[in-house]
Amino acid sequence: MATAAKLIELAGKRFKVETSQMTPDQDFFQALNIDSIQALELLSDIEMEFDVEIPDYELQGVVTFDALAALIDKRR
Amino acid sequence: MIDCHFDPKDGIYELVLNRAPCNEIGSAMLLALEEVLETIDPNKGKALILRSGSAKGFCAGADLRELYEGVLAHPDGGHEAKLREFLDRIHSVMDRLDTLAMPTIGVVHGVCFGGGFELALTCDILIAEKTARFCFPELRLGIIPGFGGIPRLKRDVGNALVRDLLLTGRSINAKKAVQVGLVSQMVAVGEGPNVARAMARQTAHFDGDAMRTCKSFIKPLPTEELKQEKEHFLRLFKNPAVKAALKTFYESDDVRPYL
Repeated sequence: MATAAKLIELAGKRFKVETSQMTPDQDFFQALNIDSIQALELLSDIEMEFDVEIPDYELQGVVTFDALAALIDKRR
Repeated sequence: MIDCHFDPKDGIYELVLNRAPCNEIGSAMLLALEEVLETIDPNKGKALILRSGSAKGFCAGADLRELYEGVLAHPDGGHEAKLREFLDRIHSVMDRLDTLAMPTIGVVHGVCFGGGFELALTCDILIAEKTARFCFPELRLGIIPGFGGIPRLKRDVGNALVRDLLLTGRSINAKKAVQVGLVSQMVAVGEGPNVARAMARQTAHFDGDAMRTCKSFIKPLPTEELKQEKEHFLRLFKNPAVKAALKTFYESDDVRPYL
């Protein structure tokens, strides 16, 4: 499974949003309707699931699931 | 604001922080901490658990909104004396927690940022649920931690990690916190209190004198550095950039302030 798809699945499970309602090019804050603290929960989930470490500052300007997936792939 | 439970059978205190939204430390939380510490009897208590009842996390840090409102209320700079008084009192609370004559176990979930991280660092042993995230974001505001966090972090982990966390302001997750020795155990979501209670019951078996001797020997208070940190904080706080950063924080409704 592509990273973006896995990411959507993970985020959907965490925040109880149907994966079918989300697309890789969507703004994940809007798609998931989350705040900054929930974004940190998602970051922890991502780091654990993909076994990567993502410093917060690398997330500056990362808005879509696709962009987030690219960041994860670079770190693996 | 802080629920204090005492189990007389095992001699275990359990303090639960309960201030919405995420246990921010302002004047009300400070007073609650002072009051709850007055109720702790070292002759009765054999262990203490410190945790949060907030779904969002352990503690999001200092109450920056109250801090900024205090600055606004004293445009002539008169806020400095009040800030120093606040810092003296929170340092006293942190030092008392740090040196309590019983083992202290912190349970962290979700956000553990800034002043919240400093509070957690007073505990003898930390247990982190998988959602826990630790961060010192102070440099983003043009200040440094002011509640004693730097000397306490230096006491617990290597200086390379201290520099990484402070100089970048990045956050780390529970797994990393275990890897670097900051946290003793990572546990499943919701399991932190149970694990802490089992640990507290174990430590409660030990002789009180031996326990107190061991604790004071292996965990000395970094008194001089704590004083230095406070003075550095107060000096930096006078910089106009800090007021500007607090204003930005205060007025922002961006859902991504931490990123």
